[in-house]
Amino acid sequence: MANSMIPAGDFRTSYAVDTTIFPTVTSRNVAIASVVLICFAPYLFSEYWLSLLIQIGIYGIAALGLNVLVGFTGQISIGHAAFFLFGAFSSAYLSTKIGVPAFFAIPLSGVVTALVGLVFGLPAARLKGLYLAIATLAAQYILLDFFARAEWFSGGSVPAMAEPFSLFGYVFQGDRQYFYVVLAYVVVCFLLVTNMMRSRDGRALVAVRDHYLSAEIMGINLTKYRTLSFGVAAFFAGVGGALYAHYQLVVSYEGFGIERSILFLAMIIIGGTGSIMGTLMGTAFVVLLPEVMEWISSLLAGGAIDQALGLKTNITFLREIAIGVIIIVFLVFEPDGLAHRWHQIKAYWKLYPFSH
Amino acid sequence: MNAHLLIQLLVNGLVVGTLYGVVAMSFVLIYKATQVVNFAQGELLLVGAWVCWALMVKYQVPFYFAMPITMIFMFVFGILIQMVFLRPMIGEPIISVIMVTIALSTVLQAAMKWIFGVNPQPFPPIFTSQSVDFFGLQIQTVYVMSLVVSLAMMAAMAWFFQASKHGLAMRATAFDQQVAQSLGISVKNVFAMSWAISATVSAVAGVVVAVVNGVSSGLSIYGIKVFPATILGGLDSIGGAVLGGIIIGLLENFAQFIDGEYLHWGNLYEVAPFYVLIIILMIKPYGLFGTKDIERV
Repeated sequence: MANSMIPAGDFRTSYAVDTTIFPTVTSRNVAIASVVLICFAPYLFSEYWLSLLIQIGIYGIAALGLNVLVGFTGQISIGHAAFFLFGAFSSAYLSTKIGVPAFFAIPLSGVVTALVGLVFGLPAARLKGLYLAIATLAAQYILLDFFARAEWFSGGSVPAMAEPFSLFGYVFQGDRQYFYVVLAYVVVCFLLVTNMMRSRDGRALVAVRDHYLSAEIMGINLTKYRTLSFGVAAFFAGVGGALYAHYQLVVSYEGFGIERSILFLAMIIIGGTGSIMGTLMGTAFVVLLPEVMEWISSLLAGGAIDQALGLKTNITFLREIAIGVIIIVFLVFEPDGLAHRWHQIKAYWKLYPFSH
Repeated sequence: MNAHLLIQLLVNGLVVGTLYGVVAMSFVLIYKATQVVNFAQGELLLVGAWVCWALMVKYQVPFYFAMPITMIFMFVFGILIQMVFLRPMIGEPIISVIMVTIALSTVLQAAMKWIFGVNPQPFPPIFTSQSVDFFGLQIQTVYVMSLVVSLAMMAAMAWFFQASKHGLAMRATAFDQQVAQSLGISVKNVFAMSWAISATVSAVAGVVVAVVNGVSSGLSIYGIKVFPATILGGLDSIGGAVLGGIIIGLLENFAQFIDGEYLHWGNLYEVAPFYVLIIILMIKPYGLFGTKDIERV
């Protein structure tokens, strides 16, 4: 919010005005209008595009949690996929084995995931980000091993089932109806985090990131805020995972290895660490990248490049390489991600034709 | 209690552990000299092993030539990685640097799968005799070779740091970059050199593992096992890394023994090091020999 373009003469005379969620009336109207517009998406898009939108929403919530940890607190987690999966399994467990309605199971599994996250985060919270990175790496392996082992919880080698989402007896079926559930969660989660970031706690997190020694001297409890931010990250991972469980209706631990955790990191780096809207942009980028690559490879099919690279058979490896290269390129050339680029584009049009 | 199996597993543990020690040593080398936590260490093993395999199988180069060529290749490769990917990151926050190495590991991992396929490939046999008799224990020749090579690399590393000029420059840089620079040491060269040496040593370890188990993308797990080893030994202690590696190797196999004999949980071998990692982080985060950070404002 700090780097948005405010016209000259538009003063803020109180702290309350300075910390509103939307800096200008227009930006608030645009945000509301875009949420309203996207409500019509189920009527406009095909099932396939809708499923991509749902994925962006689900992964976006999890990536948002990671962004609180990485972007706002300056810690790093390489076990986010394991926490995401933990949320998915616990929601499936709560809804089928215990009979908690999915409506309550989703936030509840977020809380459970946050508690599990704290177990791994606590030892490292006393230390610097590097140690948290290593602790979460261990968490990734330990949790995945746990899922493979604990048949009562995750079904072991058999995928766990989850109940469909229902509200007051009305069952949300199919992508078109589930879309609204995800949309509601996305709006609530993003508002929650935006709100948190303008509170004392949010500012404390940013202070810990920017200069933890100064932060500590100013009376910010480092251990508390590092742990808190890790808990928040795990919470949103859990919520995202739970939404995923009720979307897919079956949860299997396959495909949630360390590569998936790296994908979550890619989302926030590409979108912009420390940018809330950037998280959604980055998630959209990562979710749509395979589609774009598919499209490019179908364009190139039969050509010389296709023959040289063997696109059809190697597309998965090329995708992984692309993800890795894109992360590096963003880190080197655009460390603030797409959100920063977006601000620059906005600034360009606003100042056009006098860019200085 | 199956004593024979226990001893066999402990010998395995020692062999694997020294290999972990070697990899951990090259990991710590990079960390000490350049303050970069290298999440792509396992991929360096992988690249080295694949290059050596390709030389021997595809181009029919005998092992005695393939090995030096691989080492030279990895030396250059290490310098290139440092120059292209890590040099722009100097001065950036530590998490950005960590993420660059993570991305690097994805790229290398996928590139190796792309170039050499996903199937594990057996390494051409190097020794004629399969196993040697050692006090009644049948130990495979490759294991003996692995142990010898690991110890030789450790000795070479120790010599390099204690007695050579470059090693001294490296130690000076690790101690204080600014002081080292003002004394005429090219920190840039030291950074490149540490990556080169680390890549070379890792590649040798990679080839050794490949000779024992064949080449596959599973090799990169050695890069992950480095973390329990180095956290146990202390992140910035080379001796600690070696010791940590050996302990983790022994512990893995001991866990497998306990698991196989008594618990029957399955798969304890894989995760035991990570439990150890979490426990160490809780009680002694700077490891056995690591220097405790004291912050002065």
